[in-house]
Amino acid sequence: PSSSPRHDDLKEMLDSNKDSLKLEAMKRIVAMIARGKNASDLFPAVVKNVACKNIEVKKLVYVYLVRYAEEQQDLALLSISTFQRGLKDPNQLIRASALRVLSSIRVTIIVPIMMLAIKEAASDMSPYVRKTAAHAIPKLYSLDPEQKDCLIEVIEKLLADKTTLVAGSVVMAFEEVCPERIDLIHKNYRKLCNLLIDVEEWGQVVIINMLTRYARTQFLNPNMNESLLEEGGGEKAFYGSDNDDDTDDEEDKEEKEKKKTEATAIVKRKPYVMDPDHRLLLRNTKPLLQSRNAAVVMAVAQLYFHLAPKAEVGVIAKALVRLMRSHSEVQYVVLQNVATMSIKRRGMFEPYLKSFYIRSTDPTQIKVLKLEVLTNLANETNISTILREFQDDHFNDKDFVAATIQAIGRCATNIGEVRDTCLNGLVQLLSNRDELVVAESVVVIKKLLQMQPEQHSDIIKHMAKLTDNIQVPMARASILWLIGEYCEHVPKIAPDVLRKMAKTFTNEEDIVKLQIINLAAKLYLTNSKQTKLLTQYVLNLAKYDQNYDIRDRARFIRQLIVPTDKSGALSKYAKKLFLALKPAPVLESPFKDRDHFQLGSLSHLLNAKAGGYQVLPDWPEAAPDPSVRNVEVKESVPEWTKCSSREKRKEKKADKPFYSDSEGESGPTESADSDTASGSESGSGSEESGSGSESEESNEESESASEEDEEEEGKKKKKNVEKIKARKPVPETCLAVHAVFTQPPPLPVSVPQTIIPSGNLKTYELLHRITGEGLSVEYCFSRQPFSPDPHMVAVKIQFTNSATSEAKSLHVEDAKLQSGMRIKEFPEIEVLPAGETVSVVMGIDFCDSTQAANFQLCTHTRKFFVSIQPPVGELMMPIFMTENEFKKEQGQLMGMNEITEKLTLEEKCQGEHAVVQRVTTAANLSRVPCGSDKECRFAGKTVTSGSLVLVSVVTKEDGAAQLTVNCEKMVIGTMLVKDILQALTQ
Amino acid sequence: MQLPAKMIHSLFLVNSSGDIFLEKHWKSVVSRSVCDYFFEAQERASEPENVPPVIPTPHHYLISVLRHRIYFVAVIQSEVPPLFVIEFLHRVVDTFQDYFGVCTEAAIKDNVVVVYELLEEMLDNGFPLATESNILKELIKPPTILRTVVNTITGSTNVGEQLPTGQLSVVPWRRTGVKYTNNEAYFDVVEEIDAIIDKSGSTITAEIQGVIDACVKLTGMPDLTLSFMNPRLLDDVSFHPCVRFKRWEAERILSFIPPDGNFRLLSYHVSCQNLVAIPVYVKHNITFREGSSQGRFELTLGPKQTMGKGLEAVLISSQLPRGVLNTNLNPSQGTYNFDPVTKLLSWDVGKINPQKLPSLKGSMSLQAGASKPDENPTINIQFKIQQSALSGLKVNRLDMYGEKYKPFKGIKYMTKAGKFQVLPAGTGLGFKKIIQYKYRTKHTSLQEGLNTT
Repeated sequence: PSSSPRHDDLKEMLDSNKDSLKLEAMKRIVAMIARGKNASDLFPAVVKNVACKNIEVKKLVYVYLVRYAEEQQDLALLSISTFQRGLKDPNQLIRASALRVLSSIRVTIIVPIMMLAIKEAASDMSPYVRKTAAHAIPKLYSLDPEQKDCLIEVIEKLLADKTTLVAGSVVMAFEEVCPERIDLIHKNYRKLCNLLIDVEEWGQVVIINMLTRYARTQFLNPNMNESLLEEGGGEKAFYGSDNDDDTDDEEDKEEKEKKKTEATAIVKRKPYVMDPDHRLLLRNTKPLLQSRNAAVVMAVAQLYFHLAPKAEVGVIAKALVRLMRSHSEVQYVVLQNVATMSIKRRGMFEPYLKSFYIRSTDPTQIKVLKLEVLTNLANETNISTILREFQDDHFNDKDFVAATIQAIGRCATNIGEVRDTCLNGLVQLLSNRDELVVAESVVVIKKLLQMQPEQHSDIIKHMAKLTDNIQVPMARASILWLIGEYCEHVPKIAPDVLRKMAKTFTNEEDIVKLQIINLAAKLYLTNSKQTKLLTQYVLNLAKYDQNYDIRDRARFIRQLIVPTDKSGALSKYAKKLFLALKPAPVLESPFKDRDHFQLGSLSHLLNAKAGGYQVLPDWPEAAPDPSVRNVEVKESVPEWTKCSSREKRKEKKADKPFYSDSEGESGPTESADSDTASGSESGSGSEESGSGSESEESNEESESASEEDEEEEGKKKKKNVEKIKARKPVPETCLAVHAVFTQPPPLPVSVPQTIIPSGNLKTYELLHRITGEGLSVEYCFSRQPFSPDPHMVAVKIQFTNSATSEAKSLHVEDAKLQSGMRIKEFPEIEVLPAGETVSVVMGIDFCDSTQAANFQLCTHTRKFFVSIQPPVGELMMPIFMTENEFKKEQGQLMGMNEITEKLTLEEKCQGEHAVVQRVTTAANLSRVPCGSDKECRFAGKTVTSGSLVLVSVVTKEDGAAQLTVNCEKMVIGTMLVKDILQALTQ
Repeated sequence: MQLPAKMIHSLFLVNSSGDIFLEKHWKSVVSRSVCDYFFEAQERASEPENVPPVIPTPHHYLISVLRHRIYFVAVIQSEVPPLFVIEFLHRVVDTFQDYFGVCTEAAIKDNVVVVYELLEEMLDNGFPLATESNILKELIKPPTILRTVVNTITGSTNVGEQLPTGQLSVVPWRRTGVKYTNNEAYFDVVEEIDAIIDKSGSTITAEIQGVIDACVKLTGMPDLTLSFMNPRLLDDVSFHPCVRFKRWEAERILSFIPPDGNFRLLSYHVSCQNLVAIPVYVKHNITFREGSSQGRFELTLGPKQTMGKGLEAVLISSQLPRGVLNTNLNPSQGTYNFDPVTKLLSWDVGKINPQKLPSLKGSMSLQAGASKPDENPTINIQFKIQQSALSGLKVNRLDMYGEKYKPFKGIKYMTKAGKFQVLPAGTGLGFKKIIQYKYRTKHTSLQEGLNTT
C-alpha cells in the first residue's frame, strides 16, 4: 500500500496503447516479483494485456499471471478464453504455449477445462504439443488429485508415443501420478530402452530411475545364486571388469559355471539365465556413463549397482571417479554414494584408491567423505598407504581431525594386523599439543582397548597421567571409565586417580562426575580397603550436587555397593553388575546398509525416507511372465524387433529432412531422431571400414538390440539348447524364438505355470525385531510348487538380522502340529551375519485346513515360539482347464458343494482386469479361458487332497455381480467365498 | 489434499552477506523464510564452501550450489535425485555466464527481466524444459549494449520475434537457419594437471583433466568428424550429447552435428597410471626453531619436461602457519605479497627463464613467546604452458560433411596447473614416521613412546 502511488503510474502505463510503455511497466513489475515484492494489486491492469500483440509483453504477462492467479482466482478466469483460443491455433508452438500457461494457472474451477485441453493435446499431431501435454499432467494432478484415473488414461496413451521428445516428459508424469502402475510400462519397456540414448538428458535420468524399479519387479536377481555364498565368492571378478564385451562374456560364462556348481551344492536351484530384456536395459544404459551430465551418469551407476551381475558392476567405478572432478556439490553427492557402494563392492573402487586422497583445499565435508571411503577400502595390503594418507595433510580443520582419528580407530578394529600400529600411533597423539586431538584420541583408544585390555595396562597407565592435563570432558570421562573398568590391571594407580578426582569433583562437568562415581563404585568393590573413605566422600559430594541425575546416581550406587542390613538382594551381585565383561563396541561405517535406499536418491543421501520416495522392491522369487512385454507385430514394425530391411529405413531417412516440420506429420511416427543420432552411417563412410559380414553386424547392433540379445543368450545356452539355437538366425521367427528363450521349457499340462499377482506377494510377520532381539522374520506364500513334496504349501521365510552380532544355526524345532499336518523344515542356516538378510523355503502340509502350524524357531542362543496360519486362498494351487472341462466339472459339484453370493463390485474393481487381479491375489487359482467378457472363471485344487476348487464371477450392470464357488470341501468353499467377497468389495 | 510436488519448487539467489536478491517460484509460492535454515547452516560453516549442499528442513529440502560467491538455493518438496538439481543449478549458472559474460549479483540485478525469462523457459512446473544454449538464445536474445540502447529507444524486445522452431528439432542442441559469411570452426584442447608432489620431488598423485572446447560458426547443418593421432589416450571421456556414442565406440572418431557457437565437445581424464610428466619442480625449505622468534624460508623452482615450451604465468601461494607474524623475503623476480591477517603468502613469478631460476628467500618473524608452529605449509603452484597438451593428445584431422563450402579450421593447445601442490616435510601429526618405522621394526616397546612424553 505504501508504494501504491507508484503502482498508479504503472497502471497508467499498462492502460496506454503504446507497447513500449506496457513493456516498460511489465519489466518493472517482473523486477518487483523477482525481488519478492508484492505486486498483486496490479492484477486487473495486467490481466487486460493477456492478448497483447507484443510477444515480450505477452510473455511477461504470463509470468505475472502464473504467479498471482492463485490469489486472484476470479480475475484470473478473465484470461482463460484467450488460452482456449490459443489451443486451437494452427501453429503448434502457440498451441503448446497456451496449454503450458493454462495448465500452470492454479485455479480449481478450471480443472475440467484443463482436463479437456490435456486430453486433446495428447492426441495432437505435433510431438511438441504432446510433450507439453505430458508436462501438464502433474500440474493438474497436484491441483486436483481426484482426476487421477482420467490422467492415468492420458499417461497410458502418451507412454505409447514413439518420439524421444515425449518419452522423458511422460515418464516424469507417470512417476508423479501413478508410479505404482508398473503394468503400464510392460508394453513400452523395450521401446523406452531403445529410445533412451536419444532422449534429452533430464528425461534420461527419470526414465533410468523408473526402469530400475521396473526391473526389480520383473526380472530375477542376477546374483541370486551367489547371495547364499559368502561375500568373497564373487569378489575376484571385480578387477578389470571394464574390459570390452567379448572378454566379459568369457568371464561371465566361467563365472556362471562356477556359480552353478557351487550353488547346486548348497541349494537345488534352476541355473540362472538372464532375461534378454534385462540384458537390453543394461546394454542400452551403459554408453550413458559417458554423458556430460552428472545426474545421468549417477542414474546409470545406480542402475548397474542395483541390477547388474556382480561381475559387470565394475564399469561404473571409472565414471563415478570421473564425476569426482566436477563441482564440489557433485563430488559431495557422488562420494556419499561411493561410500555406500564401497561397503558392498569394495574391489570395484580399489584401483581408484588414489582418487580419494585428501587435498588440503577440499571443503571439510568432502574431506570427511573421502576419509569414509578410504576407511571402507582399507585392507591388509593398502592400509599402510591409507594410514599415511590420514596424516599427509593439514590438521587445522578440527572436524576433520576428529574424523581422521575415528577412521584410524575403525581401521584398527577391522584389520587385526595393524591394530597395534594404530594404537601406538594414537598413543603418540596423546602428547599432541592440540587438546582436541588428544581428546578424540582418548575416546578412540578407549574403544580399542576394550578389545584386549590385558595387553595394554601401560597405555592405561599413560592415560591415567593425562587426567592432570586434559580438560575436554568427554576425554576425561573416557579415561575414568577405562581406569574403573580395568582397575585390576592398574591396582596402584587407580586409587590415586580417584583421590585426585575427589579433590576436583565439584568443578567437573556432569559427564565427568558420573564417571567419577562409577570409578569410585568399581574401586570400592575391588579394593575397598584403600578406597572406602574416598568413595564415601565422593558419594557425599554427589548427594548434594545440583544435578539430579548425579544425586540419583549417588543414591542408587550407595544402596547397591555399601552393605547395610536393609540392603536388598541386589547388592550381593554388585560386583557382577559393575564389572561384567562388556562387549567391545563395533566401530562401523555410518553408510552400512544404506543401499536399501535407491542409490542416487535424496532419501539415500539423507538416510531418511523423503516424501514421495518409491521403495526399491526386492527381486521377485520367480520371474513374472516375460511375454507381457511382447508387442503385437501387426501395427507397423516396432523398433525393438528386427527391422527386416535396413534399406527401407534408409529410404525413410532420405526423404526426411532433419527439420521435419511435424505439422505435416500424420500422428506420431517412428522416431526419426534415433536414426539420425545413432545410425551415423549417412555420408561418413563408416560402412566401408571393417570387413564383410562382421562390420555388417556391428552396424546392425545399434539398430536392433533385441536381435542381438537372442544371439548372446543363444551363445550362453549353446550347449543345452542346440535345437533352439538353430532357429535363431531367421529374423521372421524373432518373436517366437524370443518366447522360447524367455519362458521356461514346456511343462506338462498338469503342472501349470503359477500365477503371481501383479503386486508383490503379501508378507506376514513371523517374529518381530524386538521380540527376536534383533532378528526379524517375515514369511509369505511364494505360490511355487514345493518340489520335495507336492502336497505341501511352499512358505518363503525371510530372516533379517538387524542386531549387531551374527546369529548362528537358525533352524526349526519342536513343531506342535494338528494331527495329519506335516512340516518340511528348511535346511539349517549356519550363520547370518549382522545386517544381512536371507530367505529360505519350507514346506507345510496344512491338511487343507486353516489351522496354524506352530513350531519353534531356534538360534544358537534362543528359541522363539511362532506360528504360521494360512489364508484359505493359499491352500490351493492353480490348474489349467478348458472352458468345457470347467463346465463339466462345475456340473458335478452342485447342491451342497456350490455356494453363490450376490455382491456389488467396488468402484475401482469394475472391469475384467481388476476382477481377475483381485481374485488371483486372494486365492492361488488360475484363470480359465471364457468366451464371455461378463464372466471370469478360475480353477485350482487343494494342495493336500487335490479337491477341485472352481470359482466364477459373473458381472452385470452397475457393478452388480454374482460369485459362485464350487468345491467338495464345503468348509474351504465357504471360507473362500468370504475372502473373495471381501477382495472384490473392498 | 495437497500432494508434495516433485522436482524444483522454487529458487532463491543468496549473496555472500546472506541477502536474498532474487526469487522465482515454479509452483505455488514458498515463503522466503525457508531460507532461514540455509542461513543457519551458512553461519555454522567456517568457510563459504562448507555449507552442506543438501539441507533438510521440516517441510522442504534445500539443495544449493555456490558459484561466483552466489548461492543458488533450490527448494524441493519431495524425493528427487540431488544430482539432478545440482546439475541443473550449474546449468543455470553456465547460462547466465553465457548471456551476461559474468555471473555476478550486479549482472543478475541489471538483467533481472532476462534472468526471469530464462528461468521461465528452463523449467516448466519444476521440470527442465529448455536448457540448451542454442534453443534459449532463439527464445531470448542475449543483451548487448547496442540492443539495450535500441530497445530503450524503439521499445522493441529481447524476446525472439520468430517462433522458436529449434525446440521441435531432432537435433535439439542446434538452432535452425544458421548463416555466416565467414565459416570457421575452432577447437581448444585445454588440459589441467592436478598433482601432489612430496618434498623429495616424487609424485604422489598426478592426473590430467582435459577438455576440448569448441567455437563453431558454420552455416547450415554441418556434420563434423574429428579424429586423433592417439585416441587411446582418451579412455575416460564424457561427451556433449551431440557426439555419436556408437561411432566413438567402434572407430574412436568423434562424429557430431555441432551446436552453434561455443560449447564443450568433450571432457577427458588421463589418470596417474598413464605416467604424467610433471612440468615443474620446487625445492623449498621452511624451518622454525624452538624458542626462536625467527624462521627461515627458502624456495626455488624450475622447469622440467616441458617439451621445449616455456612456463608462463607462474604463481606460488601458500598458507603459512598462524604463528607467523610477518615475512621478510626477497624474490629474484616478480612480486610477492604476504597478508598478515589471512597468513596467505603469494608470489607472482611470471615467466620462468630456464637459465636463471627464480627463487624466494628470507626470514619469517614469529609471534613472540608462542611455541614453534606445528605444521609446515603446503605450496600451491599455478602455471600455464602454451602450445602444448601435457598428455600428448593431438588432433589428426577435422572433416565436414553435409555442406558444400570450405570452412576455416583452427586448433589450439594449452596446459594449466589445476590443484598442483607440493607437500612440506614432516606434516600433520607426525604419524607417518611412526607408521613407517613400525613397519620396518615390526614391534617396538610402548615404553619408548611413553618415555618421550
